[in-house]
Parts: sequence; structure tokens; C-alpha cells
Amino acid sequence: MLEVDPTITKNKLPVFTRSFRVAAWLGWQIESNWTDPFLFAIYSIIKPLAGAFILVVMYSVITNGNFASPIFSYIYLGNAFYIYVGAIMTGISWAVIDDREHYKTLKYMYVAPINIPIYLIGRGVARFLVASITVVITLVVGFLFLHVNINLAAVNYPLFLVALLIGVVMLAMMGLSLAGISLVIVNNVWFIGDAVAGALFLFSGAIFPLEVLPVWLRPIGYIMPVTYWLELLRRSLVGHIAEAFPTLQGLSNLQLIGILLGLTILFGIISYFVFRYCQHVAQEKGLIDRVTNY
Amino acid sequence: MNNNPSSTTQLPPTKDGSIPAGTVRLQKNRGWRLFIQTVIARSYPRVVGQMRDVSWMFFDTLLPLLAVCTYVFVYRAIKAPEDYIGFVVVGGAMIAFWMNVLWGMSSQLYWEKEQGNLALYIMTPASMMAILLGMAVGGLFSTSLRALLIIVLGSLFFGVQYSVASFAQLFAVFILAMVALYGLGMMTSSLYLLLSREAWHISNLLQEPVYLFSGFYFPIKNLGFWISAVASIIPLTMGLDAMRQLVFKSGPTLGFISVPIEIIVLSVLSVVFLVGARLMLSYMEKLAIREGRLTENRR
Repeated sequence: MLEVDPTITKNKLPVFTRSFRVAAWLGWQIESNWTDPFLFAIYSIIKPLAGAFILVVMYSVITNGNFASPIFSYIYLGNAFYIYVGAIMTGISWAVIDDREHYKTLKYMYVAPINIPIYLIGRGVARFLVASITVVITLVVGFLFLHVNINLAAVNYPLFLVALLIGVVMLAMMGLSLAGISLVIVNNVWFIGDAVAGALFLFSGAIFPLEVLPVWLRPIGYIMPVTYWLELLRRSLVGHIAEAFPTLQGLSNLQLIGILLGLTILFGIISYFVFRYCQHVAQEKGLIDRVTNY
Repeated sequence: MNNNPSSTTQLPPTKDGSIPAGTVRLQKNRGWRLFIQTVIARSYPRVVGQMRDVSWMFFDTLLPLLAVCTYVFVYRAIKAPEDYIGFVVVGGAMIAFWMNVLWGMSSQLYWEKEQGNLALYIMTPASMMAILLGMAVGGLFSTSLRALLIIVLGSLFFGVQYSVASFAQLFAVFILAMVALYGLGMMTSSLYLLLSREAWHISNLLQEPVYLFSGFYFPIKNLGFWISAVASIIPLTMGLDAMRQLVFKSGPTLGFISVPIEIIVLSVLSVVFLVGARLMLSYMEKLAIREGRLTENRR
């Protein structure tokens, strides 16, 4: 006769914590154990650095290498921190695709004693960690070799940490809504993270001031939390440069934090309900264990 | 041995010697007929599939267009000359071909292995070279539609002005670049026969670095002679450089080397990659069979 392991029933670890911790570990294994650590490190760094250097060369070609201009720091820093957007949002939504289509384990996740939204957010942790290392390396390269004007003594560290923290939560919430949508669509599910990341890249003023966009497109940027997040990060690192651009010049740091926080809460609530609705539809239609082979 | 490229197989008679009622004589092709039949069969789903599911118009056209728009606005922000906007539009369209070669050619045999089709391909009398060629033909057709849409929409959005110096050379450059590029895709696909989980990561890795070194968003000349020369191993580098020289007024002044030389290099690359694909495929198929990699599924 089977005996129940008493440690299981006596385990008081909250479901949320357990789901998050195990998902983060699983995510890390999936992300990294396909090769040796050295190759993994190279792989993780080369791709975003190449993306940054596309912009560096574009800028250099036109300005004859005038990297001291404020617009270069604006572009470079925006692009560096945007690495987080793709990594976190796509990381969380990819967990659905990976588990359902590739490993075919999503159905087992649903019968396991875990909290699915927390599990999915946990799966994004690995990409967040890798993205953090990449962002740091990109910043260091910019600081050392490309004259990105970061004065370490003048950096507003509290503002930086607060903005980064709120931003990561905001991106995780957006990733959760994408994960929900991934549960109910078949074709092109692979591209949904890239689609949203690409749209945000264009409309959030990540690598050019919003004034460059046509007037009728700018409002899209103003309702995106990423716009305010990137502005806060720039202000915290290179305040004098960031404030030179007119986009959000009229807003103080506190106002920007308030807007970012408000939009994060709003997007968080929307994401929660989007995920719940999509999950309900997926369960009703029997889509949880569907393999499309698309 | 029957050397007829088309032969008919008759089903065996029943015990009393009569041919079973309702049986159909199977027409079996061999040689070049089978080769062409295989090419058509493998390209068919790529051509017809996209007509049945038009969502690609959003995902495969709009997404690259978003990237194109972003880089165009970067150039606008730093007040670049207008021709650079055109460079980005043309480069953005050519990215569609690189993505197709990367994910639809090189990685394809890996996907087929994952889904269990690869062993079926190898069991059939069809040539693997014909299967790869079919994938290339189908992919080239469908990607050309995507690239054309990106160029048309991008040009309309940003008012790109073209000034074609020679349509004949432009046509030659495009065809040669595509032959060489898809030849490269066919060659690398055989390497993917040996790969497992790392296949996805390798394809993923070959995106941004290639965008950088092939000059998708800026004239490759700016990377310096030696980097540009090494990057020219990827046919799109010279193909794109030659196309820009031929369709933009300022193109020739920003070109890497002259168009006739680029045509010669592309011709050489076409031959090298197609022959290389034939040899590599033969070798890798044997190696994969010997090492038992054709049906493995290491997730």
C-alpha cells in the first residue's frame, strides 16, 4: 500500500513562493543547460551587443562618430534598457509555448499544486537575470568605449532602483497578458512577444525622442508605461542629458514615478483579467494540451 | 535495371491470375522526373499554405515593417540624408530572406526531425537535395511576396525615391544573391541534421550579428574593407550593397566595391554553396545515420 510522504502534507511553504522558486530554477535550466556555461555566456551577450552596435554604426556613419552628442546617450541607453522589455515579456509568454508545444508539459502544470500565473512569471526570471548581465555589459561598453556620459558620482541611485523595480513588475504583468493570449491562439503564437516588443520599441521613444514620430502616432507612446520607465532610467543615469529632450520635459521625477506606477497598476489589473479570461477560454475549449505543430 | 525515368508498377495478380478489381496502376517516376516532382511537392505547401492562411500579412510583413520604421526614425532623429531611409527600407525587406533561410531552410531539417518527418523523407526514394530545393523554391516565392510588400509599404510611408541605374544588373544581382543565399541555406541545413536543442539557439544567435555585419541598415563600406570582405561570405552582404548602388542616387558613392565585381563574387558564391550543399548533405546524412541522430528527439 502506498504511503503518503509526511513531508509533503506538512510542507507549509506557500504555493506562490514554491511555484515561483521552482519555475525560476526550471527556467534557468531550460535557458542555459543546452551548452556549456562559457558558450552560454557568449551567446547571451553577443546578440544584444550586436543590436546595440547596429545603432552605434548607424549613428557613427551620419555624425562622423560624434558620440559626445546627447542624442547618442539617449539612443544608447534606451536601447540598452530595452533589452529587459524583450527578455521579460517574451520570456514569460514563451513559457506557454515551450510547455505546451515543445515539452508538452503544460497539462501537467495545470494538474500540479502550483499557481499558474506565478509559475509563468517565475519562468521569466532566468531571462531577467541574463538580460541584467547583458544590460550591464552594454552599459560598460558604452561608458568605456563610446563616451556615453554617465557620471557615476552624479547617478541618482534611489531613482534608478525604484524605476527599475517598477518597470520589471510592469513588464512581468505585460508578459502575463501575452502568456494568456498565447494560450488561446494557434497560428503565429511564436511571434506575439516579438510583435508587442517591436511595437513598443517604435512607439515608446526607446531609441529616438517621441517628437520624431508623426503627431498622430505620438499618443500611442504617451499611454505606454515603457515610455515613462525609460525616461526615468535615463534621468537617473544621465539627468542633464535626458532633460534636454522635450518629450517629458514638463514632468518632474516624482510625477513620472506616479504615472509609471499608475500605469503599472492599470496594466497589472488588465493583465490579470486578460490572463484569467484567456485561461478560462483555453480550458473550456480544451486548448491547454493542444499541440499545433505549426 | 529499368532506366526509364517514368515506370509503371503493376500490382501483383491474385491467386487465380486475374488483376484485382478496382486496382489502380501506380505511376512511379524516377531520375530527373522524380527530382522535379519532389521539388514541386516540397514547395507546394509553402506556396499554397500562405494563400490559405493570410495571417502572415500581419506577422511577416507588419513586424519587419515596425523594425524598419524604428530605424527610419532613428535616422530622422539624427538628420541623415534621405537616401539612408531608402537603405533601411530595402535592408528591412532583405531581412525577410535571411529570416526565411535561417528558420525555413537551415533549421527546417531540425524541425522535421522534431516532428518525425525526417525519417520519412529519408525512407522515400526522393532525393534530399530535391527536398531542400523544394523548400528553397517555395520559401523564395513566399518570402519574395513579403519582401515586396515591405518595400512597397515602406516606400509609400516614407516617400522613398528610387533611381534605377540598370534593371538588367539589378535583376542579375537579385537572382544571384538569392541562389547563393538559398544555396547557403541548403548547405547549413545539413549541419542541423546533427543538432538538437542548440539548433534553435544557433539560429537565434545568427540574427542581430548578421544584421550588423551584412549592413542591413547602413552601407557595409562603413565597417571597413576587411570586415566587409569577411562578411561577404553571406551573399546578402554583397547583394544588398549592389542593389543599393543600383537603385539609389548616392548608392555608387557609398558602395563597397563595384557592381560588376559583386556580380562575379555572387556567381562564385552561388556555385560554391550549391556544390557545397550537395557534398555536405551527402556526408552529413551518412554521419547522422551512423550516429543515430536522424530520429533522436532530445528536448
